[in-house]
Amino acid sequence: MLSYAAPLGWILVALALALPALADEVQDAAKLLKAGQHKQALELVNKVLKAKPKDAQARFLKGLILTEQGNAKEAIEIFTQLTKDYPELPEPYNNLAVIYASQGQYDRARAALEQSIRTHPSYATAYENLGDVYAKLASQAYDKALQIDSSNTTAKNKLSLVRELVGRPSATVVAAAPAPKEPAKEAPKVEAPKVEKPKPAPEKPAAPAADPSAEILKTVNAWAEAWSKKNADAYLAHYARDFKTPGGEDRAAWEKTRRARITAPKSISVTLETPKVTMNGADRATVTFRQNYKSDVLKSNSRKVLVMVKSDGNWKIVEEKSG
Amino acid sequence: MRGGVFGVLLLAASWAFAATPEDRLSTVFQSIEANRFDEAMQRVDALIQEHPNFRLAHLVRGDLLLARARPLETFGNVAKTVPAEKVDGLRNEALARLRALRSRPGEDQLPRYVLQLHAEQKHVLVVDSRRARLYVFANAQGRPQLIADYYVTIGKNGTEKTREGDQKTPLGVYHVTANLPRKKLTDFYGAGAFPINYPNEWDRRQGRGGFGIWLHGVPRDVYARPPRASDGCIVLSNPDLESVGRHVQVGLTPVIIADEVEWADAAAIESERKTLAASFEQWRADWQSRDTERYLSHYSTRFAAPGQDLAAWSAHKRKVNGAKQWIKVGTSRVAMFRYPRERDFVVVTFDQDYRSSGLSNVMRKRQYWVKEGAAWKIIYEGAG
Repeated sequence: MLSYAAPLGWILVALALALPALADEVQDAAKLLKAGQHKQALELVNKVLKAKPKDAQARFLKGLILTEQGNAKEAIEIFTQLTKDYPELPEPYNNLAVIYASQGQYDRARAALEQSIRTHPSYATAYENLGDVYAKLASQAYDKALQIDSSNTTAKNKLSLVRELVGRPSATVVAAAPAPKEPAKEAPKVEAPKVEKPKPAPEKPAAPAADPSAEILKTVNAWAEAWSKKNADAYLAHYARDFKTPGGEDRAAWEKTRRARITAPKSISVTLETPKVTMNGADRATVTFRQNYKSDVLKSNSRKVLVMVKSDGNWKIVEEKSG
Repeated sequence: MRGGVFGVLLLAASWAFAATPEDRLSTVFQSIEANRFDEAMQRVDALIQEHPNFRLAHLVRGDLLLARARPLETFGNVAKTVPAEKVDGLRNEALARLRALRSRPGEDQLPRYVLQLHAEQKHVLVVDSRRARLYVFANAQGRPQLIADYYVTIGKNGTEKTREGDQKTPLGVYHVTANLPRKKLTDFYGAGAFPINYPNEWDRRQGRGGFGIWLHGVPRDVYARPPRASDGCIVLSNPDLESVGRHVQVGLTPVIIADEVEWADAAAIESERKTLAASFEQWRADWQSRDTERYLSHYSTRFAAPGQDLAAWSAHKRKVNGAKQWIKVGTSRVAMFRYPRERDFVVVTFDQDYRSSGLSNVMRKRQYWVKEGAAWKIIYEGAG
């Protein structure tokens, strides 16, 4: 009966702010965190903070460590304080929102993300996260409308935590002007982010002729390459006609969103780590890997599962799952 | 009434009346239609704050939120895993509410059923089952005047109730028989209940069964129910039931239930009323004249009274009338309602003041008149 247009336009403008040089120790702590050594990372970052209690990078990293450790309460305190000290930085708001969302506090998550976007109207991660939060809020509203509880049946939305404090908190932060409308033009020119070439396909094992794994991996790599080249047509061609869209939305709507996300960034690099193919019968396979996504606006590393089906001699994606 | 001006009308409606939740919901839709989504969100948020059990408002809010994440495919864009019937009830409620607001009868449109109200009947209730709407008309010097209308829920299986348990709402002309306050009822009936006299004489004669058709409210946890959800009762939201209740006179207030209300202008209705009133008056005069054959000519060959067919009735009347030296028949407090669905079928209720050389009595009477050829004939007569 009624159709509403999506009120949000997707405006992706690259954040071309200089990446600040991290203090060595903070860098080391970040590496420890990445390696999963939370305790050591926390010790190191606490040491830095003892000497420089106001250091934004160190505090941000501590917030991340605490989040990973599941210490939401203290992580919230740290990120909240960062939003107060550096209201022009979008990342602390974003990460606050991620924590709130993980606690099911979607209204607070929404407020934080909207704040994040207000400070940086071009902040893509916040938009993506906000989209997920709106979808979650919508689902809660529908539950109230229908008197059902779908929280157990719908997949929990995983919001993206931002891992790096990109904007540089400077000494002149108090006098900082509101975010310029087109930061890309006004910000100091910095070298374009390096685009990592997609890694060559993993070496093909000398598979018996009957094993289609090699063929499947080739297809998955071609998919990642099409994505990296921002070739939306080639990318979408890898999806089967009966592809199960992640949100259950219709194919056209999904394609539209994917097309927008693929073409918006200036550059994209998608590489696969440790791909593994499991055959489920002759014409069906599950491919798992870590997906390394980098664009000029966003970095993410996530686990991905593709369910592939062979039809008319080609392997196509019928299902795509993250996390 | 239609087309481009409806927006103005809606706006006028939202200002003119105290804004009901339904009026406020319609302003949310206005905002949406004008692409003012933030305003729509503010309006629906405020509405939900005041009426947290208004499920339809939550559904609209869900859509407004989801639209910020991705394009909507449908109204009530819930997950595909939700059974369709769950959300269809709310979709239908939205449609019914909007449609009714956009097609309110005009000033010159009156329900064709109300031919004559008697002076003590202050109001008449008319239900349009297709529109899921109850219209309240005030008796303005004998002419019905629309004063309010409300969204209603009717039987799961629609109308034309014929038997017990068929979950249908009867069609016909009824009246309220009791006023049951909230404290005498379970929460299911909400703010109160007004039973009506289904099955009436005509229903019984047609062999229709079942009982317990009420106008009633809703449980605490809902604001309204889908358009077709009751076991045959007419269900209103609690504030609406309370508003309607202020106009109800037990034993007097007619409740006319139609599939689709027929609207007519006052002149057409008056001309119908006159024809029937003339036949009614002739019947009275012929009875008084003691010309029994002329008197009996007003009765249809299909006539039946409780326990009597036309032959028995005629024999009895010939005997009684023949024995009298004089008869005087007075009628007063006459009400006439055309029946929905049936063709040219009118129920006339009146006080009959019968005096004769033998017996005299005063009673409330009900007759059903049917048009046979060009003439109106009585097909049923009994105590009213």
